[in-house]
Amino acid sequence: MSVRRLHPEQPKNFAFTPENEAWAAATIAKYPPGKQASAVIPLLMRAQEQHKNWLPEPAIRHVAEKLGMAYIRVYEVATFYTQFQLGPVGTTAHVQVCGTTPCMLRGAEGLKDVCRKKIHTDQFHLSADGAFSWEEVECAGTCANAPMVQIFADTYEDLTPELLEKVIDGYARGTPPKPGSQIGRKASSPAGGFTALTDPALYDGSTLGGWQHRLAEIDAKSALTAAASASATAPEKKP
Amino acid sequence: MPKKLIIDGTEIEVEDGLTLIQACEQAGAEVPRFCYHERLSIAGNCRMCLVEVVGMPKPQASCALGVNDLPPNKDGSPKVIFTKSPMVKKAREGVMEFLLINHPLDCPICDQGGECDLQDQAMAFGIGASRYTENKRAIEEKNLGPLIKTMMTRCIQCTRCVRFMTEVAGVEELGAIGRGEDMEITTYLEKGMMSELSANVVDICPVGALTHRPWAFSARPWEMDKTESIDVMDALGSNIVVHTRGREVMRVLPRNNDAVNEEWISDKTRHVADGLRTQRLDQPYIRVGGKLKPATWDEALALIGSKLKAADPKKIGAIVGDLAGAEEMFALKELFTRLGSPNIDCRQDGAKLDPTEGRASYIFNSTIAGIDQADAIMLIGTNPRLEAPVLNARIRKRWRQGGLLVGVIGEKADLGYEYNYLGTGADALAKFVGHAPANKERPMFILGAGTLARPDGAAVLATAVKAAQSLGCIKDSWNGFNILQTAASRVAGLDLGLVPAAGGRGVAEMLSGGMELVYLLGADEFDTSILGRTFVVYQGSHGDNGAHIADVVLPGSAYTEKSATYVNTEGRAQMTMKAAFAPGVAKEDWSILRALSTHAGQTLPYDNLTALRAAMYKVAPQLARLGSVASADAADLGKLAGLPGTMTQAPFVNTVRDFYLTNPIARASTIMGELSALAANLKPTTRAAAE
Repeated sequence: MSVRRLHPEQPKNFAFTPENEAWAAATIAKYPPGKQASAVIPLLMRAQEQHKNWLPEPAIRHVAEKLGMAYIRVYEVATFYTQFQLGPVGTTAHVQVCGTTPCMLRGAEGLKDVCRKKIHTDQFHLSADGAFSWEEVECAGTCANAPMVQIFADTYEDLTPELLEKVIDGYARGTPPKPGSQIGRKASSPAGGFTALTDPALYDGSTLGGWQHRLAEIDAKSALTAAASASATAPEKKP
Repeated sequence: MPKKLIIDGTEIEVEDGLTLIQACEQAGAEVPRFCYHERLSIAGNCRMCLVEVVGMPKPQASCALGVNDLPPNKDGSPKVIFTKSPMVKKAREGVMEFLLINHPLDCPICDQGGECDLQDQAMAFGIGASRYTENKRAIEEKNLGPLIKTMMTRCIQCTRCVRFMTEVAGVEELGAIGRGEDMEITTYLEKGMMSELSANVVDICPVGALTHRPWAFSARPWEMDKTESIDVMDALGSNIVVHTRGREVMRVLPRNNDAVNEEWISDKTRHVADGLRTQRLDQPYIRVGGKLKPATWDEALALIGSKLKAADPKKIGAIVGDLAGAEEMFALKELFTRLGSPNIDCRQDGAKLDPTEGRASYIFNSTIAGIDQADAIMLIGTNPRLEAPVLNARIRKRWRQGGLLVGVIGEKADLGYEYNYLGTGADALAKFVGHAPANKERPMFILGAGTLARPDGAAVLATAVKAAQSLGCIKDSWNGFNILQTAASRVAGLDLGLVPAAGGRGVAEMLSGGMELVYLLGADEFDTSILGRTFVVYQGSHGDNGAHIADVVLPGSAYTEKSATYVNTEGRAQMTMKAAFAPGVAKEDWSILRALSTHAGQTLPYDNLTALRAAMYKVAPQLARLGSVASADAADLGKLAGLPGTMTQAPFVNTVRDFYLTNPIARASTIMGELSALAANLKPTTRAAAE
């Protein structure tokens, strides 16, 4: 993690668009009176989304004024959470490569090399055309499909360097691939196919109600033994 | 319900709601700490106060663990706590090692050296060496204004300063940005911070990250002599410690007094010390041919003596300034009484206060600590943030606890708490006369000195008393009618009766002309030029307005250079101690008056301070009870309410216009001058500061 500071070049001012303004009012209204400051993270996030995916300094002041907070309090929040980008990021894609243990063990270093090659040798720097940037992040919670990258709201999983190149190229062409696993598996189901619960009968409905059959069988069996024992004792009985 | 604990083998019973660190202190166990401060909220982030609680698997941060939150033992036996066990020792060593990972080893060039919590605790609880071989992180210096020098690499992120500014000073400008190792204390976009209490953050900083810029590299704590004394910059009488090296006052630090200033002092109190070195009067002067020429004591006193003898007693008068001690005021009054002059006044601002109306009419009756119990406060013609910043911090502390209603009549200002604005002047106050009693247990009126210095001051006072009575501020068990004085000498002066006797002239009449001789005892706060041709004697410590027009200048002592009694706004008598010697041939003020009395042919009957005080205590016995408040009779206020008079419609104006330049010592101080200029340019509010 690096030192997080405001970018030296900042826009003059910032204001929410009318839609975001309405959304912000609704968000603030979710909190009880006097606790408006609780809305600081959603509002900052929305400001970031509105402003080319990075958070400018005037937005910090705008949010502070909206919530009646001191500037420094919002500044603290914005510099604390790494989800807030304090400098410009790629206009097409900002690639967040997970570098935490599971992804690292599954080859995140290779993904970073791709970023270094295709985007910029250093993270948080824009590519030559300004369309891309990348950074290494801590765990993004898709460990079962490691290694992965996150681009804005989407995650691309089960990557290899080649697959990541395809993803980035897709973004560059304007046709990003479908988010999720890039090797075709569904969610985090086993990559090599299922090894348990493989009996097709489990899924065709034939086993439905099986327990009733078994109960009936048990009942029939116990009735049979009862009858057998009754016939065995009967002759010894004398009137 | 009191709870039993066994701390280091001693069984003690502690009250509900205490934290474990307080319980340990009560049991006599020393627990090291950095972030915990008893007057601030609990952060629990330094981890130095770890203790072992038997039954809990890990060491516990005692500052953040309430005794009520300790899980009970199964058999109901008291919890056992160790503060010196091997587990605790190891934990503290670990914490200390972490704290020192990024702390530079620059103690020899650090101003905190000798009074550094980190240094002391590293010696007491740390291991001797470091296992850390990597580079230390460095942090740029921050701009926190002209009083605070930063060396942020030394910061251990205890956040005491952030909590102080937010909670006590009420200025939300300091914060901690970034996270983890990269966390830094700073202001928004490094705009600096503006508060009258800002320098207190240096006192609470446990390391050398924040130090006093004006005193940088000037003295070490162990080479200075410490003298406990009283501050005179405002009428609060904050308790201070004066640090001197040789004959020079190096610095002024606060002293704890829960009843007065807790442990805070204002920036003016602390940094005015450099004004004690400049503009000093160090020898007598006599005006010859329009220019002040140096003279000897004998020449100067003989000249005044002959003038006093020759003059018509009705045409000589004395005006007492804001910084005078009770002793010299008493001697001055005695001298003028013996000379047969009724013209003496300690109210140089023209306040319409009269000691014959009872002590309750000019003191802060509820006492300063009474603010803690108040549930409604009406501020009338006062901005306590400028007139008594430490008192304002007390109001803010009470406001933060909730349930305090504040109303303001007079000028609008940023006080650091919310208030209801009720109007600008007399009509707003008059509306409360006959008002139904407030639905409050302990309502309080705080009347600023500015409201009483108006020509209609007496009427304002009477109206305020009536309004206070209507609202229920004055009851049998609670007297919430308070005057917030701004001059340190005022209450003692009124106690000693330094007001014109029957037929005598007050300040205004003396200044209007017709006087042969006017004696200024440190009086500078009025337009002295109107004294014109009158023969003026100025006795004081600094060459200011008074000395500029004086015909004879007698060099006196400043408050750090004499033992004098000051009575603060709540009527608490306190005594300063002589910390340094006055410059040149300057003398203690009472002894100048004693010497003059001989030259004037009316020798005062005391040759030392003890004898003078014995005589003074006969006149005002409350001055003898140092440190305590002699409560005033609230019934006197009832008489006051009957006084006639009509108020004008002029809005109330606060006395203090420029907080940093209210007296001759402050005006002589370079630092106060800088701060004043800065304050004029930088608006104190957070929002405005960031734009």
